[in-house]
Amino acid sequence: MKDLKVRARKKENNKQCKTMDIVRFNNIYKIYEMGAEPVKAIDGISVAFQKGSFWAIMGPSGSGKSTMMNILGCLDRPTSGRYFLEDKDVSTLNDDALSDIRLRYIGFIFQSFNLIPQLTVQKNIELPLYYLGWDAHKSAERAKELAEKVGLETRLNHRPAELSGGQMQRVAVARALAAEPHIILADEPTGNLDSHTGNQIMELLASLNKEGTTIIMVTHEADIAAFARNRLHMKDGLVERIEGN
Amino acid sequence: MHQSRLVRNIWLGIENLLLHKLRSFLTMLGVVFGVGSVVAMLAVGEGASKEALRQIQKLGSNNIIINSIKSLQEETSTQQRSRMSMYGLTYLDYQRINESFPCIHKSAPAKLIRKESRVGSNTLELRIVGTTSEWFELVPRQILAGRVFEKKDVDDLSAVAVLTEYGARKLLATKNTIGQIVRIGGDSFEVIGIIKTESGQAGNIQIPDQQVDAYIPLITIRKYFGDVFTKRTSGGSIRELVELHQIIVQVDNTENVESTAAGIERMLQNFHKKKDYEVSVPLTLLKQAEATKRTFNIVLGSIASISLLVGGIGIMNIMLASVTERTREIGIRRAIGAKRSQIIVQFLIETVVLSTIGGIVGLAMGIIIPIIITYFSSMPTVITLQSIILPLFISIGIGIVFGLYPAINAAKVDPIIALRHE
Ligand SMILES: Nc1ncnc2c1ncn2[C@@H]1O[C@H](COP(=O)(O)OP(=O)(O)O)[C@@H](O)[C@H]1O
Ligand SMILES: [Mg+2]
Repeated sequence: MKDLKVRARKKENNKQCKTMDIVRFNNIYKIYEMGAEPVKAIDGISVAFQKGSFWAIMGPSGSGKSTMMNILGCLDRPTSGRYFLEDKDVSTLNDDALSDIRLRYIGFIFQSFNLIPQLTVQKNIELPLYYLGWDAHKSAERAKELAEKVGLETRLNHRPAELSGGQMQRVAVARALAAEPHIILADEPTGNLDSHTGNQIMELLASLNKEGTTIIMVTHEADIAAFARNRLHMKDGLVERIEGN
Repeated sequence: MHQSRLVRNIWLGIENLLLHKLRSFLTMLGVVFGVGSVVAMLAVGEGASKEALRQIQKLGSNNIIINSIKSLQEETSTQQRSRMSMYGLTYLDYQRINESFPCIHKSAPAKLIRKESRVGSNTLELRIVGTTSEWFELVPRQILAGRVFEKKDVDDLSAVAVLTEYGARKLLATKNTIGQIVRIGGDSFEVIGIIKTESGQAGNIQIPDQQVDAYIPLITIRKYFGDVFTKRTSGGSIRELVELHQIIVQVDNTENVESTAAGIERMLQNFHKKKDYEVSVPLTLLKQAEATKRTFNIVLGSIASISLLVGGIGIMNIMLASVTERTREIGIRRAIGAKRSQIIVQFLIETVVLSTIGGIVGLAMGIIIPIIITYFSSMPTVITLQSIILPLFISIGIGIVFGLYPAINAAKVDPIIALRHE
C-alpha cells in the first residue's frame, strides 16, 4: 500500500522533473552505524526542488538539516535511496565524479565562511576556476567581475583576516558563484553575522535567486527564512511540513 | 596550458612555504646538509682520483717499469765478504724481454749513475741516465731547446748529453746553451738539448725522470764508464756491478699491460737466482686509485644516504604536521570540487619545492666548500656535471618519496569532517 503510493509519487516526479525539478530525493536514508543504536539522520525523505526556487530548510538541532545539505551538495552519499540532480542519478557516483559535480553544479556558502586564510580575496574567488582549469588571466577577470558584484572590488588583494564577517561572507558568495553553479547551498549563511549584515547577505542571495540561481539554505531564524519562497521543516530526519507558494 | 598549471602549482607551493619562512628553512636544512656534503665529498673524491690519474699519466698508463733492486741477501753478504756486488737487470734481460713479448712495441733500457759534472766553475752532481732514443718516447717531456738524441747518436757512440731545465740552469749560465761542453766525470759531452722534467711519485712508483738528470746514449756511457761503479758508504766503499738499473717497456694495448707484466715477472724469475728486480705497473695504480674511489664512494654514499634519509624524514614530519594544520583548507578545496589527485599533487609539489630548494642551497654549499678546501689545503677538488645533476635529482626524488605519504593523508581528509573542524 505504502509502496504503491511511493511509486505513484515517483511517476509524478518523473513527469515534473523533466521540465522543472533540479533536485529530487527518492526515499533517501542516511544511517550512521554508531554503537548499539544506528542513528537515522535522514529517515526516508522524498522531496523535489524546482529549478529557480529559493528554499529554507528549518528544524531543531539534530533534525538532519546538515546531513541533508551534505547529500544535496554531493559531499556525502545516501545510505539508500536515489538522488537525481538535473535528472542524473548521482547517488552512486564515485569520489572523482562527485568532485566534478560539486565543481560544476554546486556553490557552497558556509556559516563560518570557510575562506582559505593564506590566499587573497581574489585567489579565494578564483579557486573553483583553478580547478576548472581556467587560465590565470581569464580567472582574474572573472574574480574582479564577481568582487564588483558583491561590492568588494577594492579588497581584491586583502587576506580574509583583514575583512569583517559580512565581507568574508561576500567573498564566499563570490566564490560560490565563480563557476556559475546551478544550485547554491548555504548552511546557516548568516549564523555568524549580526542581523544587519545578515540581512545584507540575504538580499544578495535573493538578488541571485532573481537572476535564476536555485538556492537551498538552512536556517533556524524565521526572519532569515522569510527571504526564501519555500520552507521545508524537518524533524528527526523526516520532512515535517512544507510551506510556501 | 598544462605547463602553466604546473608553474602555478609551483608558485602556490612557494607561497605556502613563504608563509612559514623559518619553519620551511629549518625543514630543508637536512636536505641542504645532505646534498651539500654529497657534492663536497664527490668533489674531493673526484679531485683525488684526477690527481692520481695525472700522476699515472706521467708514468705512462701503457708502460711497465722494471727496476733493479739490491736484495736484502746481497746487502748483507757484500758487507761480510767480497767487496764486489753484482745484481740487477742485465743487457741479456733487456734483449730477452724485447724478443719474447710481441705486444711490447717500445722499450728503453737505462743505466743510472751519479757523477760530478762541471761547466766552467759551476758544478752539480748529476744523475746520468744512459739510455736509447726510445726513452724520450716512453717518458715524453717537452723539449725546451735543441733536440733529444736519436738512433744515430746512439749508434755512433756520440758524446752528447741532453740536460734538464734544472741542470741547464745550474750549469750553463750563458744564453748560448746548445753546443756547450759539459764535463762529466772527466769526459766531455756536448749539450744537444734541454727538456722539461716531471717530478714526484705516483703511489709507490717513482717517476722515471728527475730534475738532476743528464741523458747520454747508453753505449757511450758503457764505453766511457764501464759497468762497475764504486759506491761510497759509511764503512768505506763497495763496488757494484749493475748492467741496467731500469727497463721501461710500452705495451701496444692497455688490455695487455697486466699479462705482459706477469710474463716479464715469470721470465725474470727463471733467469735470476735472487729477486733483484721489481716490476711496477702504473696501470695497477690506476686500478688501485679506482678501487679506492669506489670504496670512498660507497662510504660517501652511505653517509649521504643517511643524511638524506634524515632530511627526508624531517620533511615528511613537517608536511604531516602541515596537513593536519591545513585540514580545513583541504576540506574547503574538496568541497569546491578538487579531486583527491589534485590535493595529492598540491602537497607533493609543495614537498618537492621544499626539497629542491634545499637541494639547490646544498649544491651551492657543496660547490663553495671544495673551493675553500682547495684554497687552504691545495688539495685538488673537481666539480663534475654529474656531481651537480645527481644531487638535484636526488633532492627532487626525496621530495616525491617523503612527500607522498603526507599528500595521500591530505587527500584522505573527509571534507564533511574537515569543514566542521574549527
Ligand atoms: N558523522 C556522523 N556520525 C554519526 N552521527 C552523525 C554524524 N553526522 C550527523 N550525525 C547525527 O545525525 C543527526 C543529524 O545531524 P545533523 O544533520 O548535523 O543535524 P542538524 O544539522 O539539523 O543539527 C544527529 O543526531 C547527529 O548526531
Ligand atoms: Mg547543522
